[in-house]
Amino acid sequence: MSNVFIAFQANEESRPLVDAIVADNPEAQVVYSPGLVKIDSPNRLVVRRETIEEIIGRKYDLQELTVNLVTMTGNLEEDDDEFVLSWQH
Amino acid sequence: MSSIDLQAKEIKPARNTFTHVAKLIGGDKPATRYQEATLGIQPTQNFHYRPTWDPQYEIFDASRSAIKLADWYVLKDPRQYYYANWTITRARQHEAVEANYSFVDSRGLLTRLTDEVRASACQVLMPLRHVAWAGNMNNTFICAYGYGTAITAATNFHAMDHLGIAQYLTRFGLAVDEPGVLDAGKNDWLNDPRWQVLRRLVEDTLVMKDPMEMFVAQNLCIDGMLYPLIYGSYIDEHLTLKGGTAVAMLTSFMPEWHDECKRWVDAVVKACAVESEENKVLMTEWIRAWTDRVQAALAPVAEIALGDHGQEALAEVRETFNARIAKLGLTL
Repeated sequence: MSNVFIAFQANEESRPLVDAIVADNPEAQVVYSPGLVKIDSPNRLVVRRETIEEIIGRKYDLQELTVNLVTMTGNLEEDDDEFVLSWQH
Repeated sequence: MSSIDLQAKEIKPARNTFTHVAKLIGGDKPATRYQEATLGIQPTQNFHYRPTWDPQYEIFDASRSAIKLADWYVLKDPRQYYYANWTITRARQHEAVEANYSFVDSRGLLTRLTDEVRASACQVLMPLRHVAWAGNMNNTFICAYGYGTAITAATNFHAMDHLGIAQYLTRFGLAVDEPGVLDAGKNDWLNDPRWQVLRRLVEDTLVMKDPMEMFVAQNLCIDGMLYPLIYGSYIDEHLTLKGGTAVAMLTSFMPEWHDECKRWVDAVVKACAVESEENKVLMTEWIRAWTDRVQAALAPVAEIALGDHGQEALAEVRETFNARIAKLGLTL
């Protein structure tokens, strides 16, 4: 088992993303460092559009998250509803 | 030669949000812009003088409505609108409308409308400018006399939305016909017997005194049946089949806006109703009374728009509306 992670700039726009990720990934660990927020999760991490939309109260395009994306590890699989990092390929 | 030691140093903010916001979100934690623009903003004390024009109330007075809430900030807007993101959203939608206008214009789609479709669209949509204007007045009233920034700010945005819709209708009229079409619409609104039931209803809402009843009458009952009837049954389902797609394109903002606002209107009504049995009874009575009136007022309008199918379409709209109310936990 090894972690995947995703990191965003720590700002107003990424806060709902972090909240959504924490809600959808119970094992996720959030690490704050200056200007940056990094989320580690064992094996798999999912970002769900619906969860984000519930939090921000409007429609959301998962591509918007790249604006504040700093870095990530894992193999990425994405469609309109989910953005998934894992070690599967 | 000295070496420069670069390292990141974290400066923790002394506090995450304003004290008055922290009090309402359960402690000092990062708050959203919506929360900071909304919570704790309503003036609550030190009014000193009662309004000379209405001295039984304070200048901001929750008792202007029969609805009672312990905390008026429960009337949250699920869209989380504050000035900036509301204007940005509407500006983006306006760009889409502009794009539709230039598409319709560059392809000459309006010249392809049959005279029948053109005349029907104008006959139905032009008098609705006056309905939208009343929506503007009513929401401005709720903003002025309602209580709590959560509802007053949102109704102010909603008032401006209605004004925008009136302007879109005007622009539509001027695009498909001569300026005289606006006067013809006003004339119908004032004199055509088929519009008088709706006009009476709308004018009755203009003189209401309870801001929350006005909210129910205008934003839930009138808009909740008018928009699905006109922009759904009439334009999308009826007019487009007759080659009126251009009409749907030029009025695309309205149904989109109504779908968006429905979530907010429902959230407000629901929050009022769950607070107490008294509120629930009141809400149910208001909705019952106004929905029946709106349905009666829309009956002749449905006939202007859809002819023989009018009553059938209106009945369907009413059925969908009843289902919406049932979802809010209220029984009509």
